[in-house]
Amino acid sequence: MPVVMDADRISRTLTRIAHEIVERNKGVENLAIVGVRTRGVHIARRLARSLAEIAGREVPTGALDITLYRDDLMRHAVGPQPLVRRTEIPFTIDDRRILLVDDVLYTGRTTRAALDALIDFGRPKSIQLVVLVDRGHRELPIKADYVGKNLPTSSGESVQVRLMESDGEDAVVLEREGGA
Amino acid sequence: MSAVEGGNVLPATALRGKDLLGVSELTPEEISLVLDTAEAMKEIGSRPIKKVPALRGKTVVNLFFEPSTRTRTSFEIAEKRLSADTLSIAAGTSSVVKGETLVDTVRTLEAMQPDMIVVRHASSGAAHLLSRTCRSAVINAGDGTHEHPTQALLDAFTIREHKARLSNLKVAIIGDLLHSRVLRSNVLLLTKMGARVWACGPPTLVPVDLPGLGVQVTHHVEEAVRDADVVMLLRIQLERMEGAFFPSLREYFRLFGMTSARLALARPDVLVMHPGPMNRGVEIASDVADGPNSVILEQVANGVAVRMAVLYLLAGGAEHEAVV
Repeated sequence: MPVVMDADRISRTLTRIAHEIVERNKGVENLAIVGVRTRGVHIARRLARSLAEIAGREVPTGALDITLYRDDLMRHAVGPQPLVRRTEIPFTIDDRRILLVDDVLYTGRTTRAALDALIDFGRPKSIQLVVLVDRGHRELPIKADYVGKNLPTSSGESVQVRLMESDGEDAVVLEREGGA
Repeated sequence: MSAVEGGNVLPATALRGKDLLGVSELTPEEISLVLDTAEAMKEIGSRPIKKVPALRGKTVVNLFFEPSTRTRTSFEIAEKRLSADTLSIAAGTSSVVKGETLVDTVRTLEAMQPDMIVVRHASSGAAHLLSRTCRSAVINAGDGTHEHPTQALLDAFTIREHKARLSNLKVAIIGDLLHSRVLRSNVLLLTKMGARVWACGPPTLVPVDLPGLGVQVTHHVEEAVRDADVVMLLRIQLERMEGAFFPSLREYFRLFGMTSARLALARPDVLVMHPGPMNRGVEIASDVADGPNSVILEQVANGVAVRMAVLYLLAGGAEHEAVV
């Protein structure tokens, strides 16, 4: 199973994205970061630390669980429900510029759910999408504003983002169909 | 967020049954799953738009054969926050008054294809009877003197929020033990989760099978309250009293009523709970009900979150039916 990004590469990539964010938004004024559970939240917190170093001020950071907004939630005939975890957005998103952060952008369905969930919290000035890996195969008209790495894949492959906070290491791994 | 209480059992990812009939059929892992899910659901109640699309297109029927305000409204709000279509039927206005049996009423409703039925009935076992005759998921919202599982789950949720655990807590349950489905569900749940449960009431109001459930029974309220982490009062259910179980309400209050003097015997951070509706000056003194240790109104708020969790977890259907 080929490692397509190692710990150094991930770290440099996130620093680069943080600089791009500051450049495009002319600072961090009025920005807030929302990570999609689980790994999007870890990436969001790392970006928040980078932004604080670059711009010298804290950016409010939250966590979004999109389970209850999934478009496939009740489509399985019967079966166990996916685990719902807590959404924590301890600030108002009204009139803020929101950076929505996820680990992998694939079909776009998670992002669609996240957008719907966010809009239920208020009316942000804008939402910008940050992903560590864009692996293609979109099924909805969704495009990321900041991409760590464009990774051409076949639909039989799976992209696994492993992060220190949840998996004990930093790596992006490409796995063939049927696993490694 | 810890998925497991005080042990190293693996967290459950689903409820096994199609229905929620009672606490007796739940494992500790399933109880933890409901409580963890309820934590996520509680946050939804603090949003500007208190609604998620999870149960869009699902129809839930609330069928109440007994008067109930708080349980019925709590279920209705929970259903609406999950975007289900809901319909509430009170027995007094239905064809039940025209002589239709419980099973026939529910068969008629089922012909309209609801996904879930929430049922409250004065007869113990009513929800079980429906579960055997219905395709829909059945949620027991109280059956006679048998069980009231969502009440016990919301009580446990409230305790866990304050104490961060259920195991090894001393919980004193005081009041009308004989007529209480809340007692039975709470005893089952709390003992499963490792709490030490004390039950206290006049000898005429203690069910004979109670000591067999792993409960310490006493008739001295001071003994029950001493060093308790939680004091739970149960309503004196005047409407279920066909005989004379004690001489007068005033005497009951003098012997068993929760006063601040009695509460002082408990731990300083004791939680005072009551499933409602309260009889002030009978099982609980007003200053205790409104005092700093009281979490009675939190219980009501948490009820919505816990019922949302149950509705969500049952909406996927049971695993063993997955072949249909």
